[in-house]
Amino acid sequence: MKRLILWGLGLVLMFLALYLVFLYAPIEKVMGIVQKNFYLMVPMGWLSLLSYFVIFIGSIFYLTKRDRKWDDLAYSAAEVGIIFTSLALMVGSIWARPIWGVWWAWEEPRLTTTLVLWFIYLACLLVRSLTVEEGRGATFAAVVGVIGFIDIPFVILSTSLWRGMHPPLIIFEEGGLDPRMRLTLMLSIVAYTVLYVVILMQRVAIRRDEAEVKKLKGLVSQES
Amino acid sequence: MENASYFLAAFAVAWAVTFGYVLVLINRQRHLRQEINRLKETIKEKGS
Repeated sequence: MKRLILWGLGLVLMFLALYLVFLYAPIEKVMGIVQKNFYLMVPMGWLSLLSYFVIFIGSIFYLTKRDRKWDDLAYSAAEVGIIFTSLALMVGSIWARPIWGVWWAWEEPRLTTTLVLWFIYLACLLVRSLTVEEGRGATFAAVVGVIGFIDIPFVILSTSLWRGMHPPLIIFEEGGLDPRMRLTLMLSIVAYTVLYVVILMQRVAIRRDEAEVKKLKGLVSQES
Repeated sequence: MENASYFLAAFAVAWAVTFGYVLVLINRQRHLRQEINRLKETIKEKGS
Protein backbone atom coordinates (compact mmCIF):
# COMPACT_ATOMS: atom_id res chain seq x y z
CA MET A 1 0.00 0.00 0.00
CA LYS A 2 2.82 2.37 0.97
CA ARG A 3 4.57 1.53 -2.28
CA LEU A 4 1.39 2.15 -4.28
CA ILE A 5 1.00 5.63 -2.74
CA LEU A 6 4.65 6.37 -3.53
CA TRP A 7 4.16 5.20 -7.14
CA GLY A 8 1.20 7.56 -7.43
CA LEU A 9 3.12 10.45 -5.87
CA GLY A 10 6.12 9.77 -8.11
CA LEU A 11 3.97 9.79 -11.25
CA VAL A 12 2.14 13.01 -10.29
CA LEU A 13 5.46 14.75 -9.53
CA MET A 14 6.95 13.41 -12.75
CA PHE A 15 4.12 14.78 -14.89
CA LEU A 16 4.40 18.09 -13.07
CA ALA A 17 8.15 18.15 -13.69
CA LEU A 18 7.59 17.38 -17.38
CA TYR A 19 5.05 20.20 -17.61
CA LEU A 20 7.59 22.62 -16.10
CA VAL A 21 10.40 21.40 -18.37
CA PHE A 22 8.40 21.60 -21.61
CA LEU A 23 6.08 24.55 -20.97
CA TYR A 24 7.27 26.65 -18.03
CA ALA A 25 11.07 26.82 -17.89
CA PRO A 26 12.51 29.44 -20.25
CA ILE A 27 14.91 28.56 -23.05
CA GLU A 28 18.47 29.51 -22.16
CA LYS A 29 20.02 32.10 -24.50
CA VAL A 30 23.47 30.56 -25.09
CA MET A 31 22.78 26.81 -25.28
CA GLY A 32 19.21 27.01 -26.53
CA ILE A 33 16.67 24.30 -25.89
CA VAL A 34 19.32 21.62 -25.32
CA GLN A 35 20.07 23.29 -21.95
CA LYS A 36 16.81 21.67 -20.81
CA ASN A 37 18.70 18.37 -20.81
CA PHE A 38 20.02 19.61 -17.47
CA TYR A 39 16.61 18.79 -15.96
CA LEU A 40 17.48 15.16 -16.67
CA MET A 41 21.26 15.18 -16.30
CA VAL A 42 21.30 16.72 -12.83
CA PRO A 43 18.66 14.36 -11.31
CA MET A 44 20.30 11.33 -12.95
CA GLY A 45 23.72 12.41 -11.69
CA TRP A 46 22.28 12.98 -8.21
CA LEU A 47 20.67 9.52 -8.22
CA SER A 48 23.90 7.86 -9.29
CA LEU A 49 25.55 9.38 -6.21
CA LEU A 50 22.60 8.73 -3.89
CA SER A 51 22.42 5.11 -4.98
CA TYR A 52 26.09 4.60 -4.29
CA PHE A 53 25.61 6.12 -0.84
CA VAL A 54 22.87 3.50 -0.25
CA ILE A 55 25.30 0.76 -1.38
CA PHE A 56 27.92 2.14 0.99
CA ILE A 57 25.53 2.14 3.97
CA GLY A 58 24.17 -1.32 3.05
CA SER A 59 27.69 -2.72 2.66
CA ILE A 60 28.94 -1.30 5.98
CA PHE A 61 25.93 -2.72 7.84
CA TYR A 62 26.20 -6.07 6.08
CA LEU A 63 29.87 -6.40 6.98
CA THR A 64 29.23 -5.50 10.63
CA LYS A 65 25.85 -7.19 11.27
CA ARG A 66 25.84 -10.00 8.66
CA ASP A 67 22.13 -9.46 8.19
CA ARG A 68 20.84 -10.39 4.74
CA LYS A 69 18.49 -7.43 4.54
CA TRP A 70 21.47 -5.06 4.22
CA ASP A 71 22.89 -7.13 1.40
CA ASP A 72 19.49 -7.06 -0.33
CA LEU A 73 19.51 -3.27 -0.03
CA ALA A 74 23.07 -2.91 -1.34
CA TYR A 75 22.46 -5.29 -4.25
CA SER A 76 19.21 -3.58 -5.24
CA ALA A 77 20.85 -0.14 -5.02
CA ALA A 78 23.66 -1.39 -7.26
CA GLU A 79 21.20 -2.57 -9.93
CA VAL A 80 19.04 0.57 -9.79
CA GLY A 81 22.17 2.74 -9.52
CA ILE A 82 23.78 1.35 -12.66
CA ILE A 83 20.58 2.13 -14.59
CA PHE A 84 20.58 5.77 -13.47
CA THR A 85 24.35 6.15 -13.90
CA SER A 86 24.04 4.78 -17.45
CA LEU A 87 21.26 7.29 -18.08
CA ALA A 88 23.36 10.14 -16.65
CA LEU A 89 26.17 9.21 -19.05
CA MET A 90 23.84 8.80 -22.04
CA VAL A 91 21.89 12.02 -21.45
CA GLY A 92 25.16 13.87 -20.75
CA SER A 93 26.57 12.58 -24.00
CA ILE A 94 23.48 13.71 -25.93
CA TRP A 95 23.87 17.16 -24.35
CA ALA A 96 27.60 17.31 -25.09
CA ARG A 97 27.27 16.64 -28.84
CA PRO A 98 25.69 19.99 -29.84
CA ILE A 99 27.42 22.00 -27.07
CA TRP A 100 30.99 20.66 -27.20
CA GLY A 101 30.83 19.17 -30.68
CA VAL A 102 31.74 15.70 -29.39
CA TRP A 103 29.79 12.83 -27.83
CA TRP A 104 32.49 12.19 -25.25
CA ALA A 105 35.49 14.10 -23.89
CA TRP A 106 38.02 11.98 -22.00
CA GLU A 107 39.74 15.06 -20.61
CA GLU A 108 36.52 16.10 -18.87
CA PRO A 109 36.82 15.11 -15.16
CA ARG A 110 33.07 14.91 -14.40
CA LEU A 111 32.50 12.48 -17.27
CA THR A 112 35.53 10.37 -16.48
CA THR A 113 34.86 10.09 -12.74
CA THR A 114 31.21 9.20 -13.49
CA LEU A 115 32.36 6.51 -15.92
CA VAL A 116 34.66 5.15 -13.19
CA LEU A 117 31.60 5.11 -10.90
CA TRP A 118 29.70 3.13 -13.57
CA PHE A 119 32.51 0.52 -13.61
CA ILE A 120 32.43 0.33 -9.80
CA TYR A 121 28.67 -0.32 -9.97
CA LEU A 122 29.38 -3.04 -12.52
CA ALA A 123 32.04 -4.54 -10.22
CA CYS A 124 29.54 -4.62 -7.31
CA LEU A 125 27.15 -6.66 -9.46
CA LEU A 126 29.73 -8.85 -11.23
CA VAL A 127 31.61 -9.88 -8.10
CA ARG A 128 28.49 -11.74 -6.95
CA SER A 129 27.83 -13.58 -10.16
CA LEU A 130 31.48 -14.68 -10.28
CA THR A 131 31.34 -16.16 -6.75
CA VAL A 132 29.74 -19.58 -6.33
CA GLU A 133 28.94 -19.33 -2.62
CA GLU A 134 26.21 -16.72 -2.00
CA GLY A 135 27.45 -15.50 1.40
CA ARG A 136 30.99 -15.05 0.16
CA GLY A 137 29.72 -13.17 -2.92
CA ALA A 138 27.77 -10.81 -0.68
CA THR A 139 30.89 -10.18 1.44
CA PHE A 140 33.08 -9.49 -1.61
CA ALA A 141 30.40 -7.17 -3.04
CA ALA A 142 30.19 -5.33 0.29
CA VAL A 143 33.98 -4.85 0.33
CA VAL A 144 33.87 -3.52 -3.26
CA GLY A 145 30.94 -1.31 -2.22
CA VAL A 146 32.94 0.25 0.62
CA ILE A 147 36.18 0.67 -1.37
CA GLY A 148 34.32 2.09 -4.38
CA PHE A 149 32.96 4.91 -2.25
CA ILE A 150 36.40 6.55 -2.65
CA ASP A 151 35.29 7.70 -6.13
CA ILE A 152 32.27 9.65 -4.82
CA PRO A 153 34.14 12.77 -3.53
CA PHE A 154 36.01 12.92 -6.83
CA VAL A 155 32.73 12.87 -8.80
CA ILE A 156 31.23 15.59 -6.59
CA LEU A 157 34.31 17.84 -6.56
CA SER A 158 35.44 17.16 -10.13
CA THR A 159 34.09 20.44 -11.52
CA SER A 160 35.90 22.50 -8.87
CA LEU A 161 39.07 20.38 -8.41
CA TRP A 162 40.02 20.29 -12.08
CA ARG A 163 39.34 22.84 -14.75
CA GLY A 164 37.11 21.09 -17.24
CA MET A 165 34.42 22.06 -19.73
CA HIS A 166 31.57 20.81 -17.54
CA PRO A 167 29.57 23.71 -16.07
CA PRO A 168 29.71 23.94 -12.25
CA LEU A 169 26.52 23.70 -10.21
CA ILE A 170 25.12 27.21 -9.62
CA ILE A 171 21.61 26.40 -8.39
CA PHE A 172 21.66 28.59 -5.30
CA GLU A 173 24.17 31.23 -6.34
CA GLU A 174 22.95 34.81 -6.51
CA GLY A 175 22.06 35.65 -10.11
CA GLY A 176 23.13 32.14 -11.17
CA LEU A 177 19.87 30.62 -12.31
CA ASP A 178 16.53 32.01 -13.42
CA PRO A 179 13.95 31.30 -10.63
CA ARG A 180 11.77 29.38 -13.13
CA MET A 181 14.75 27.22 -14.07
CA ARG A 182 15.59 26.68 -10.39
CA LEU A 183 12.02 25.59 -9.60
CA THR A 184 11.97 23.23 -12.58
CA LEU A 185 15.31 21.74 -11.61
CA MET A 186 14.37 21.31 -7.94
CA LEU A 187 11.05 19.68 -8.79
CA SER A 188 12.75 17.38 -11.31
CA ILE A 189 15.24 16.31 -8.64
CA VAL A 190 12.44 15.64 -6.12
CA ALA A 191 10.33 13.75 -8.70
CA TYR A 192 13.20 11.50 -9.78
CA THR A 193 14.22 10.92 -6.15
CA VAL A 194 10.69 9.72 -5.29
CA LEU A 195 10.76 7.50 -8.39
CA TYR A 196 14.17 6.16 -7.32
CA VAL A 197 12.94 5.34 -3.80
CA VAL A 198 9.90 3.45 -5.09
CA ILE A 199 11.93 1.56 -7.72
CA LEU A 200 14.48 0.62 -5.05
CA MET A 201 11.70 -0.61 -2.72
CA GLN A 202 10.29 -2.70 -5.58
CA ARG A 203 13.72 -4.18 -6.32
CA VAL A 204 14.31 -5.05 -2.65
CA ALA A 205 10.88 -6.76 -2.55
CA ILE A 206 11.84 -8.80 -5.63
CA ARG A 207 15.12 -9.82 -4.02
CA ARG A 208 13.19 -11.06 -0.97
CA ASP A 209 10.74 -12.94 -3.19
CA GLU A 210 13.67 -14.56 -5.00
CA ALA A 211 15.02 -15.75 -1.64
CA GLU A 212 11.55 -17.05 -0.70
CA VAL A 213 11.30 -19.01 -3.97
CA LYS A 214 14.72 -20.53 -3.32
CA LYS A 215 13.72 -21.52 0.22
CA LEU A 216 10.40 -23.03 -0.92
CA LYS A 217 12.10 -24.95 -3.74
CA GLY A 218 14.47 -26.40 -1.14
CA LEU A 219 11.51 -27.52 0.97
CA VAL A 220 9.79 -29.10 -2.05
CA SER A 221 12.91 -31.04 -3.04
CA GLN A 222 13.41 -32.19 0.56
CA GLU A 223 9.88 -33.59 0.71
CA SER A 224 10.07 -35.40 -2.64
CA MET B 1 14.27 25.27 -32.96
CA GLU B 2 17.96 24.48 -33.14
CA ASN B 3 19.12 21.27 -31.43
CA ALA B 4 15.57 20.31 -30.45
CA SER B 5 16.29 16.75 -31.61
CA TYR B 6 19.02 16.40 -28.93
CA PHE B 7 16.60 17.63 -26.28
CA LEU B 8 13.85 15.24 -27.36
CA ALA B 9 16.29 12.35 -27.80
CA ALA B 10 17.55 12.75 -24.23
CA PHE B 11 14.02 12.65 -22.81
CA ALA B 12 13.01 9.75 -25.06
CA VAL B 13 16.04 7.68 -23.97
CA ALA B 14 15.57 8.49 -20.28
CA TRP B 15 11.86 7.67 -20.31
CA ALA B 16 12.20 4.55 -22.43
CA VAL B 17 14.92 3.11 -20.18
CA THR B 18 13.16 4.06 -16.93
CA PHE B 19 9.76 2.73 -17.97
CA GLY B 20 11.31 -0.35 -19.57
CA TYR B 21 13.09 -1.14 -16.32
CA VAL B 22 9.95 -0.52 -14.23
CA LEU B 23 7.96 -2.87 -16.49
CA VAL B 24 10.65 -5.54 -16.19
CA LEU B 25 10.51 -5.23 -12.38
CA ILE B 26 6.71 -5.42 -12.25
CA ASN B 27 6.71 -8.45 -14.53
CA ARG B 28 9.46 -10.17 -12.56
CA GLN B 29 7.64 -9.66 -9.28
CA ARG B 30 4.37 -10.97 -10.74
CA HIS B 31 6.12 -14.16 -11.90
CA LEU B 32 7.82 -14.62 -8.54
CA ARG B 33 4.55 -14.18 -6.62
CA GLN B 34 2.91 -16.78 -8.88
CA GLU B 35 5.79 -19.18 -8.29
CA ILE B 36 5.64 -18.64 -4.51
CA ASN B 37 1.92 -19.45 -4.53
CA ARG B 38 2.50 -22.52 -6.72
CA LEU B 39 5.28 -23.81 -4.46
CA LYS B 40 3.19 -23.20 -1.33
CA GLU B 41 0.35 -25.18 -2.91
CA THR B 42 2.74 -28.03 -3.74
CA ILE B 43 4.03 -28.12 -0.14
CA LYS B 44 0.46 -28.07 1.18
CA GLU B 45 -0.59 -30.93 -1.10
CA LYS B 46 2.40 -33.02 -0.07
CA GLY B 47 1.77 -32.28 3.60
CA SER B 48 -1.87 -33.36 3.53
